[in-house]
Amino acid sequence: MADANPHPTGTASRDNVAAAVETGDVVLSHLHPQGSFEPADHAVPTGLEEIWRFTPLKRLRGLHDDATLTGDAYTVQVDADPAVTAGSVGADDPARGSSGYVPADRISARAWAETDRLFSVVIPREAVVDKPTTISLKGLDAEKAGAGHVVITAEPFSRSTVVLDYSGSATWVDNVEIVLGDGAQLTFLSVQDWDDDAVHVTSQHASIGRDAALRHVAVTFGGDLVRFSASCDYTGPGGEIDMLGLYFADAGQHLEHRLFVDHDAPHTRSNVDYKGALQGQGAHTVWIGNILIRKVAEGIETYESNRNLVLTDGARADSVPNLEIETGEIHGAGHASTTGRFDDEQLFYLRSRGIAEDEARRLVVHGFFADIIRKIGIPEVQERLLASVEAELSTTVGLPVAT
Amino acid sequence: MATLEIRDLHVSVDTEDGAKEILRGVDLTVKSGETHAIMGPNGSGKSTLAYSIAGHPKYAVTGGSVHLDRVDVLEMSVDERARAGLFLAMQYPVEVPGVSVSNFLRTAKTAIDGEAPKLRTWVKQVNEVMDNLSMDRDFASRNVNEGFSGGEKKRHEIAQLELLNPTFAILDETDSGLDIDALRVVADGVNRFSAQGGRGVLLITHYTRILRYIQPDFVHVFVNGRVAEQGGAELAERLEAEGYDRYSKAGAAS
Repeated sequence: MADANPHPTGTASRDNVAAAVETGDVVLSHLHPQGSFEPADHAVPTGLEEIWRFTPLKRLRGLHDDATLTGDAYTVQVDADPAVTAGSVGADDPARGSSGYVPADRISARAWAETDRLFSVVIPREAVVDKPTTISLKGLDAEKAGAGHVVITAEPFSRSTVVLDYSGSATWVDNVEIVLGDGAQLTFLSVQDWDDDAVHVTSQHASIGRDAALRHVAVTFGGDLVRFSASCDYTGPGGEIDMLGLYFADAGQHLEHRLFVDHDAPHTRSNVDYKGALQGQGAHTVWIGNILIRKVAEGIETYESNRNLVLTDGARADSVPNLEIETGEIHGAGHASTTGRFDDEQLFYLRSRGIAEDEARRLVVHGFFADIIRKIGIPEVQERLLASVEAELSTTVGLPVAT
Repeated sequence: MATLEIRDLHVSVDTEDGAKEILRGVDLTVKSGETHAIMGPNGSGKSTLAYSIAGHPKYAVTGGSVHLDRVDVLEMSVDERARAGLFLAMQYPVEVPGVSVSNFLRTAKTAIDGEAPKLRTWVKQVNEVMDNLSMDRDFASRNVNEGFSGGEKKRHEIAQLELLNPTFAILDETDSGLDIDALRVVADGVNRFSAQGGRGVLLITHYTRILRYIQPDFVHVFVNGRVAEQGGAELAERLEAEGYDRYSKAGAAS
């Protein structure tokens, strides 16, 4: 397996970091996106742009250009605790835009402009809700592209879990805003369990209040092409985010995760941990981990990690961690990225104990994902994820289903 | 009675300069109930023999045969060999992240026996084996070999030996890197295994130290990819006194 590539810039090397930080007029990098709500402000991408260079535009069905977004062949099911408000509201609802998000690319701006309603979930102030709120969107048809907008508001000091569950067949673009009030705790899962013909481009943005904590989880198994962008910023000190991700790409699938943590408040914390497996000809995953530590963000701590396990020939994993530091007065910052092939020595060890090859592979892949699945911390979701990993292994590598 | 029979075994590995022959015609017969020590200097091919019998893909068998009770071992896959009754305790056991020792042991036991062990007796058996090897109970919940010390890895190998209970055990330098206390614990485990009767042990070692705790019936000296000399336990004592020098000189002359 390839070696980790850690560049810790913790307290020990603070002086070096401080010295390296430019204090004069600096050209802002692409980590300072100039968003706009107006689609026309975003040029049609050519594929050469930094934020588009990994995405196969040809397979986007015109979403990045001018494809109409009026498709409505989908169903939405909601399962929520009575304490939680969840339903469709008009575009004039104050929830819209309450995260402060401004579309960072053309597809997101088009989705924003196209939607005249939004789906709003509100966890009331100080409510502690054990039962996960689940919103299931099932696409019925990939022919006509559709657009959506979801806003999840975790009011101050509430604690809850929200699951956004995508399945079926669709060409779908959406914006998802997640707003955490002061001291709120939210676990949010976005599960992309699409059919093989789905194309999904989603832009998720979280605004994290003072001392609030968000666990943001992305799980991507299905779809022909999924481009998943998630960003967050902080409205006060003491906020925390854990971004966890798990993806499994089969032959021909393009699964792209683009993350951006904007440390724009002091004493905030972020931890990004994504793991992916790939198998089959043309399986392609992209992971971009952008971290920006602004000058004001003193005393923050951040770490990001992406690990990929390539199970067969013909698959490709791109992994690009970016760390931009404008202050050296931080607690710690680091990143790691590894992409490795199946470890033959692990297989040999397991098989030398009598374990058949398919079972040995299954053990290794389960083991690879185990810590991420454990960190998600919701038993029913964990079971489902393990079952999905199992299904991936049985259908595409031709391994029989475990008994 | 079971017999592991190695005849004129030739094994090579791929190197940058092409295939390099490591084993140059090994003959060795191990019967159940016997303990054989294989000794020899570094690079003589001892470990290659162990891994070739277990079926590691890095080693290409270019000639000769290995039979377990007249069944061709070389025709079997790695896991089939284990299920046929062969076990290799490795010098450098491999880490398997995210897979707990208890899950690993249960999966291996199920594979070897062809059915899942009965839960209650299995837990008891695992605990007993771990206690005998002075392993903490929390071992079971740790990931396989991950963060284990050298000594812990070797105990874990012997725990597997006792739990999977093969017909033939090949121990590849299980003694290396162990302090005297750990060496005794490990040797006791091997002796418990042998004492059941009907078990064969092929003990590969560079040093004679472990032979004070595990009494070999036969000692084979490996030099330059083949057995240069064999005898009883007294041969080990002579090696202790004289070292391997005279073999390497003889090897160089031939």
